[in-house]
Amino acid sequence: MKKLLTGNEAVARGAYEAGVTLASAYPGTPSTEILENVANYKEIYSEWAPNEKVALEVAIGGSIAGARTLAAMKHVGINVAADPLFTFGYTGVNGGCIIISADDPGMHSSQNEQDNRYYARASKIALIEPSDSQEAKDFVKEAYEISEKFDIPILFRLTTRICHSKGLVEIDDRQSVPMKEYNKNIPKYVATPANGKKLHVVVEDKLKRLEEYSNNSSLNRFEWNDKKIGVITSGVAYQYAKEVFGDTVSYLKLGFTFPLPKAMIRKFADEVDKLYVIEELEPYLETEIKAMGIDVIGKEIIPNIGELNPDIIAEAILGKKSKTVEKNEDNVVGRPPTMCAGCPHRGLFYELSKKKNVVVTGDIGCYTLGSAPPLSTMDTCICMGASISAGHGFAKANEINGREGVKVFGVIGDSTFFHSGITGLVDIVYNKGNAATIILDNRITGMTGHQENPGTGYTLMGEPAEQIDIVKVCEAIGVKHIEKVNPLDLDQTKKAIEKAINTDEPVVIITEYPCVLKKSKQDEIDKYGLNRKECVVDSEACKECKICLKAGCPAISFEKGIGAIIDETMCVGCDVCLQICPFDAIKKVGE
Amino acid sequence: MAETKNILLVGVGGQGTVLASKVLATGLISAGYDVKMSEVHGMAQRGGSVTTQVRFGDKVYSPIIGKGQADIIVAFEKMEAERWIDYLKPEGVVVANDHAVPSVPVLIGEAEYPKNVIEDLKAKVDITVINAVEVAKELGNIKTQNIVMLGSLVKALNLDNIDWEKVIGEVVKERFVDINIKAFNKGKELV
Repeated sequence: MKKLLTGNEAVARGAYEAGVTLASAYPGTPSTEILENVANYKEIYSEWAPNEKVALEVAIGGSIAGARTLAAMKHVGINVAADPLFTFGYTGVNGGCIIISADDPGMHSSQNEQDNRYYARASKIALIEPSDSQEAKDFVKEAYEISEKFDIPILFRLTTRICHSKGLVEIDDRQSVPMKEYNKNIPKYVATPANGKKLHVVVEDKLKRLEEYSNNSSLNRFEWNDKKIGVITSGVAYQYAKEVFGDTVSYLKLGFTFPLPKAMIRKFADEVDKLYVIEELEPYLETEIKAMGIDVIGKEIIPNIGELNPDIIAEAILGKKSKTVEKNEDNVVGRPPTMCAGCPHRGLFYELSKKKNVVVTGDIGCYTLGSAPPLSTMDTCICMGASISAGHGFAKANEINGREGVKVFGVIGDSTFFHSGITGLVDIVYNKGNAATIILDNRITGMTGHQENPGTGYTLMGEPAEQIDIVKVCEAIGVKHIEKVNPLDLDQTKKAIEKAINTDEPVVIITEYPCVLKKSKQDEIDKYGLNRKECVVDSEACKECKICLKAGCPAISFEKGIGAIIDETMCVGCDVCLQICPFDAIKKVGE
Repeated sequence: MAETKNILLVGVGGQGTVLASKVLATGLISAGYDVKMSEVHGMAQRGGSVTTQVRFGDKVYSPIIGKGQADIIVAFEKMEAERWIDYLKPEGVVVANDHAVPSVPVLIGEAEYPKNVIEDLKAKVDITVINAVEVAKELGNIKTQNIVMLGSLVKALNLDNIDWEKVIGEVVKERFVDINIKAFNKGKELV
C-alpha cells in the first residue's frame, strides 16, 4: 500500500517499522511533526523533553538500556544537544539510536541556516541523508541496522523540503525488535578521561570500518548514463539535479555521507569527463572531494546561501534561464507574519513600546514578532534562552561602565523558559543582577503549532501531568519580586512594568493568558473568561487619530472619512484597542 | 508519457489552501499520477503569505519549482497572485479570487493596498477572476471558498476525468461533504 506522506511522517513510520520503542524531542520547525506522528504509534513511548539536550540524553539512556531510540530536533537544537552528542560518539550505542537534525536552508522559520552535516564529522558519528519521503522511511530502518552493527549513533539529516514535502511511500509492517540485553560496561559507558582515551582509539577504528561499509552501502549508488558529465549529489539536491538533467548525465547519489565512500568517488571521477558536486548550503562534499585531489566544480557556480531549486541548478550549469512574466513590484505590499488578532502578547508589547529608556532582549517564539512594526519593541534575539542571560550581560555592562537610566527587560515564552531560561534567571539572582524578566505564559508552545510543555498539564501522549509552577520555580531560585498579570489588562501590565523599572533587584513578571489559537478546555475558558464579545468602532466618536493602529492588530484597518474599522470575523474581543482609544470610540458589540 | 504539470496555490494563512491541496493531491493519486507536494509551515500560520506547490506526472523528482515553471497559479488573494506571478510560465494561466486581505503595512497606514492588481494582471497573463468569497457566502459557509477555488482549478486544468465528489467525500469531514461538493461544482462553472 502506498500513502502520500511528508518526510516527517515517513521518518515516524520508519521508526515504527524499525521497532523503535522510545522517542524524545523538543519541537522546532521543520522537525516538529516527527514526534507528533511518532506519538500516534502506541508501541512507542514518546515525549516532549524541555530541551534538545535532554531529549538526546533520554534517547542515549534508552539506547544504553538496550532499546531502539530516536531524538528529533531542528538544526539549532543540535547546538543545544552538542554536549552529549560528542561523547555519545565515543561511547557508542547498545540499542540502535538515531538523532534527527532538521536543517532549514532558506530560513523559512529559523534564525540561521547552519549546515549540520559538519556535526557528524566533528562528533565522529555516521551521517545519513535521504532525498525524499520514501528514502526517509527506508533509510531510518537501515540506519538502525548500521547503528547496531557498528556500535555508533547516526545523525539523520533532513532539510525543510524533505520534512515538509509529500511523496508516495510504500507502507510495511512493524518489525518486532526485542530489547537488547544490558550488561554493565564501565569502560564503554563511563567517559572518564582514562576511558575516553581508549574510546577515542575505538571510534577511529569504527570510522575506518564505516568507510568500507560506505563504499558498499545500498545508500550510495551509481546511476550510469552518458559519461561526459558526472554529478555527485545528496539529499533533496539529488531530486533537483534529476529534474534538470534527467537521464542525460551520470550520478553518484549519496545517502551515506559520513564517512564518505572515497573508493566510489574516485571510480566515478575517473569515469566521467567533467565532474560537478551539487549540494545545498555548504561545500561539505566538495571540500572532501577536493582534499582527495579530485578536480570538481561546485560552489564557484552553485550558491551556498539559501535554498536550491531546479532553476538555480539549470542556470548555474546549463546557463539556461526560464522565461518569466514580469512582476510589478509596485503592486506588491509585504505580508510579514504578525501577532494574531487577540494575541495575549500584544498588550505587553504595546505597554513596553511606550516606555523610553528600556532595552528589550528577546527570545525565540511568536513574541519575536514584537520586533516588527508598529510595535518594534525588541533589541535582540539570539537563541533559545538568551533573552534572560544576554539581558543580564547588557545590564551588567551598563552598570560597570556607568551608563545609567536604562532598564533591561528579557522577554521569554513559557516553553522557552523551561527550555533554557531557568539557568539565566539563576545567573541574575546569583550574581545580583537587576535585569527584569518577563515570562509570557500563553499556556502552550505556540509558534510551532501548539505542543504541550512542562507548564501545560499534559504530555505528548495526551496524559495529564504535573504542571510545573513557574511562580514556585522563580521563588525557589530566590526572586523576591514576582508578579502575575493579565497582559490584556493594560493598566495592570503598565503598573507591573513601572514597578520593575523602579526595582534595583531581580524581578519576574508573568503575563498569563492562553494563546488565542489554543483550543482551550472548559476550565481554562472559565478561568480566563475566554468567551469575550467582539469590539466595534463607534464611527461618530472616532476622531481618526489612528492611535489604535499602533497596536498592530490585523483586525483593525483605517479608512479616511470613516475612521478605524474592526473586522468582526477576526476580532476576538481582547479589548487592547478599546483600552488604547483616547476617545472611547471602541465599544463591545451590543453595549 | 505525461509531462509533469506544476500547480502553485498561493494565499494567506487561514484561507484553507492546505485542505484544498490535500483534496487535489488525493484526486491526482487516485488517477494514478506520481505526485509531490510542498508546503511551508511555521511562520505562515501568523498571517504571512502561504504557498503550496503540487506537481504531478508519470515520475516527479523535485518537490518544488523555480521561477517561470508553474502551469497554473491559483491565487486565493489577489495581491498574492502578483507576488508570485514570476513563477508562472508565460503561457500559463491564473485563477484569481477577487478578494483582498490587507497586510499589516496596509493596516497601519505605511503602505496602500494596490488598486489595479487585476487589471494589471489581465494585461500580461491569461487570467480568470472569480469571486469565491461571494459564492461561498451564498452557499452558507464562507470557509468553502477554498473548494470553490479548487473547482475552478480542476476545470482550468481539464482534470474532469477524476471522480472529485468521491475524493471530497474521503478527505473532508463528513458533515461538510455536501456543502463542499456544491462549492466544488460552483467553482467549476465559473471557469
